[in-house]
Amino acid sequence: MIGILATIGRAFLEGLAALGRLVIFAGAALGHMVRPPFYPRLIGRQMIEIGYFSLPVVALTTLFSGMVLALQSYTGFARFSAESAIATVVVLSMTRELAPVLAGLMVAGRIGAAMAAEIGTMRVTEQIDALTVLSTDPYKYLVAPRLIAGATMLPLLVLIGDILGVFGGYLVAIYKLDFNAAAYLRRTADYLEFMDVVSGLVKAAVFGFLVALTGCYHGYNSKGGARGVGQATTNAVVSASILILVFNYIITELFFAR
Amino acid sequence: MSPPKIELSGVKKAFGEKIVLDGIDYALPEGESLVVIGGSGSGKSVLLKCILGIIRPDAGSIRIDGEETVGAGSEAREKVRGKIGMLFQGSALFDSLPVWQNVAFRLIQGQGMERRQAKEIALGKLAQVGLAPPVAELYPAELSGGMQKRVALARAIASDPEIIFFDEPTTGLDPIMADVINDLIVASVKKLGATTISITHDMASARKIATRIAMIYGGKFIWAGEAKDIDRSGNAHVDQFIHGRAEGPIQMAVRRP
Ligand SMILES: Nc1ncnc2c1ncn2[C@@H]1O[C@H](COP(=O)(O)OP(=O)(O)OP(=O)(O)O)[C@@H](O)[C@H]1O
Ligand SMILES: [Mg+2]
Repeated sequence: MIGILATIGRAFLEGLAALGRLVIFAGAALGHMVRPPFYPRLIGRQMIEIGYFSLPVVALTTLFSGMVLALQSYTGFARFSAESAIATVVVLSMTRELAPVLAGLMVAGRIGAAMAAEIGTMRVTEQIDALTVLSTDPYKYLVAPRLIAGATMLPLLVLIGDILGVFGGYLVAIYKLDFNAAAYLRRTADYLEFMDVVSGLVKAAVFGFLVALTGCYHGYNSKGGARGVGQATTNAVVSASILILVFNYIITELFFAR
Repeated sequence: MSPPKIELSGVKKAFGEKIVLDGIDYALPEGESLVVIGGSGSGKSVLLKCILGIIRPDAGSIRIDGEETVGAGSEAREKVRGKIGMLFQGSALFDSLPVWQNVAFRLIQGQGMERRQAKEIALGKLAQVGLAPPVAELYPAELSGGMQKRVALARAIASDPEIIFFDEPTTGLDPIMADVINDLIVASVKKLGATTISITHDMASARKIATRIAMIYGGKFIWAGEAKDIDRSGNAHVDQFIHGRAEGPIQMAVRRP
């Protein structure tokens, strides 16, 4: 019994320590992010990597989520004749929750893993030491561009995801459930508030930052060759996913709980 | 008298329980080429990284041009690093950049030089190490090990540093290529008038590059002197090492059949 408690306690402390190290890393990275030199070329490259190349994944995910949302709410709402609420349900769920969370998780799998693998490989092959020796700060050269690109590109992806999700719901409602197109669109617009979209975009910016942060952190601190890099990649995706879900709750609470 | 270019005193470093450097003292005058020899895992690479400030020593002092670097602020450290070029043991080329950008890296990123002009210089340095302009456009992964070493050498000398470190520049190369690299090192050092520290297991290479030799064993320099005196060191450890004998005071931790 004591043994179990001790194990739980140790795991808890270990978790806190890891969180502390991540926060310190984030602090250092933010400090370097706002001081020159800046690397616009590298920021641009990361933006393309995150924004453009994640577009297909995010587009497909949000489109099908919008579609299935319409279908599911129809079967559910039909039980108490509230089918007309489908448009509202789709647009609110997409903008406030689904688009940012799904895009965040997809990008965590795609980009967070790639960042951890790339920076981790640079660590174990001494390329990060070489950067330092060549008078270049690895935080500024490797970490800052990724954080900036993550925090700016994910909102853009989510905005596109919002539109595609609503479009997916519209397709199902009109072509499968025989709704009136004009009425559906009117209902979509009527109950949507500016804050719904904004909260989703704020979430996206935070998630993008978190994905890049955990990717860089685990890559930067990886050790022990190919195995260590593999471990770093897994850790980056897992911790990014957990942080996204935790921060999703916190931000929702800040925006909507009164 | 000007201070030694590089001065180490009482440099210590341990990783956890494992003591790697246990009080290194040495003064290297300007223009000299020190070769550090010693067994695998004896802390040679760690010593270079301490001088570069990549690894922080637990104790001791490291002065470059008389200026203390241990515990110095990041600005002072940057200034010192600007004087040093390093060839890493594993080359450590940036695999996301083509060869010429690797060579020109410090010129472009560190010194903010025009890319055009930096490329010009990079091509010149590549020519010095015997690599033709088409190679400049390739990526490191497309090169053989020997070519990577030569690119790494070009990168180490690209900004005409006052101090250059070579960590096992010839390991893993065929004897002819190894000798080519040795000649390149000697030639570029002569051209730049640089002070160098090289690490090698290869005695032929050591004899060629060194003006001074030091042997590291048990975390200390157990012998240090002029390169020409290496055969008359009167030190059993050194004799065993330079003749590559399994029998002697240095016992490898392997079980004998
Ligand atoms: N970052 C580190 N963390 C923990 N231990 C380390 C680290 N770097 C080096 N060591 C340990 O320090 C010791 C000396 O390593 P070092 O790389 O300096 O050896 P070396 O003399 O260069 O050997 P070789 O000739 O094989 O390159 C080794 O036992 C190594 O395990
Ligand atoms: Mg070494």
